[in-house]
Amino acid sequence: MSNLEDLYREIILDHYRSPRNRGELASPPAIRVEGFNPLCGDELVVYLSVDNGVLTDIKITGHGCSISQSSSSLMSAAVKGKPIAKVREVIDTFKQLMTVHEATLDHDGEPAKVDLRAIGELAALQGVVKFPVRIKCATLAWNTLSQGLDELD
Amino acid sequence: MACGRDMTSYDPRRVRTDTPLMNRVINGHPITYLDSASSSLPPRAVIEAMSRYYELRHANVHRGVFQTAVEATDAYESTREAVANFINAPGGSGEIVFTKNATEAFNLLAKSWGYANLKRGDVVLVSEMEHHANIVPWFQLREVNDVEVRFIPVLDDYRLDLSHIDDLMNGVKLVSVTGMSNVLGTINPVKELATIAHRHGALIAIDAAQSIAHSNTDVAELDVDFLIFSGHKMLGPTGIGVFWTREEILDAMPPFLGGGGMIADVRTDGYVPANGPTRFEAGTPPIAEAVGLGAAVRYLEGLGMANIVRHEHELTKDALDRLSSDFSGRVRVIGPPDTVSRGGVISLDVEGVHPHDVAQVLDQFGVCVRPGHHCAKPLMRRFGLAATARASFGPYSLTTDTDVLIEGLGHAVSMFG
Repeated sequence: MSNLEDLYREIILDHYRSPRNRGELASPPAIRVEGFNPLCGDELVVYLSVDNGVLTDIKITGHGCSISQSSSSLMSAAVKGKPIAKVREVIDTFKQLMTVHEATLDHDGEPAKVDLRAIGELAALQGVVKFPVRIKCATLAWNTLSQGLDELD
Repeated sequence: MACGRDMTSYDPRRVRTDTPLMNRVINGHPITYLDSASSSLPPRAVIEAMSRYYELRHANVHRGVFQTAVEATDAYESTREAVANFINAPGGSGEIVFTKNATEAFNLLAKSWGYANLKRGDVVLVSEMEHHANIVPWFQLREVNDVEVRFIPVLDDYRLDLSHIDDLMNGVKLVSVTGMSNVLGTINPVKELATIAHRHGALIAIDAAQSIAHSNTDVAELDVDFLIFSGHKMLGPTGIGVFWTREEILDAMPPFLGGGGMIADVRTDGYVPANGPTRFEAGTPPIAEAVGLGAAVRYLEGLGMANIVRHEHELTKDALDRLSSDFSGRVRVIGPPDTVSRGGVISLDVEGVHPHDVAQVLDQFGVCVRPGHHCAKPLMRRFGLAATARASFGPYSLTTDTDVLIEGLGHAVSMFG
């Protein structure tokens, strides 16, 4: 059964109240990329500093619900200082965590297991999958980051 | 009366028992439906009318000579009659055009009447509190005809700023405003706006989508030129909207969508459009939906619009009083704080809690409210908001709905600290 405690874990509320890596970076040299969720009005801007194939810094501004804001904060903490290849790996793992389709649901409707130990605090967002309309809130920052990385190519 | 209802009695609890969806249990709680501004819940009379139509009379309308085709046509056309009476259309049913929804009706207004009658530099005057349906079609027309789209500002008290209206009217050919804001609940002075528009030689269109089920609408008395609304916000089904204008205006409007049903003749070298409302109803129309809309009109008439207005006024006053006193300022109403010229649409801004989270918490208590920009982004920007959580009443709403809303809001406030 889906319930609010699954969705609003303490880590999520903490990142919502005190978002990490909040702010801007001078662009250029930083990559600046905007993300919108036109359905609910969430907006964010992600700034990326990349040096020698490493994401040396990331800052995020914008506004949105607790899920989108905490997800962007958790994301920034998870990817900052990582090599780009590793960042892409984390993005892929997170997207897997957010993907629900019949093949990944067992008969109780529970999502398939992603190796939660490998993703640390991000695991707090797994409850979002039980609230399908909120998945787009959780993935906004990640899609925006992804778009930013594509600009590197 | 079709359902034997006593014309003079109105009891919202009775309306509730008439409405099957009110039996739903959501997350273990009886449903508390506070989203009528988005879509209202149809009574059994509407659902059964549509079922009966499909079970007994379904056929395509017009031109059929067999029995059920004649019955289907009669049913479809009788709703035109019922709607004309409901809004007191002076020219009767010949002035009622059925569309898919209110949005399509606005597109009909802009793309047929607007395209034919507005030229470069002509002004369409809308307001900052309009739904996108009454903004985007005008911007689209601007791309074609180079018309100007001008906005009546909204004041800090959530009312239209009419202090410079005579200046704003310069060059205006059409005033197109909402009768009741779907975000603020503000009821606009339609009759006064009609007088102003006509004094300046302009026509006036009213977006009645929000007001139609919550006020008495008399187009002759209001002296407006166009009226637009949808079925599903007045206890009817989705998939049907209404466009009304005076007969002489309708007769001069070029066709909108082309196809079957809207023609008088088609040859290999061209076509001649039909006259009357069917000119604007290309293709098989929403027949079952029209039948449902007819039932909804009769149902609302049975309740009595004045009774509904009075009841919703009391509900709104009670809710506004409690929302302002129960949360020591943490819950702010985005809309007029009093019930003067105000409908039962209550947009909330909860300090420190995003509207989506408010709605998510409320859903756990079976409370249906709508988070978002409510298709009114210019208005949201005007008040520096990305979104609100909106609760809205219908004729089946009770003060107990407000109880549950307030209890749920309390949880949202404490959860997010």
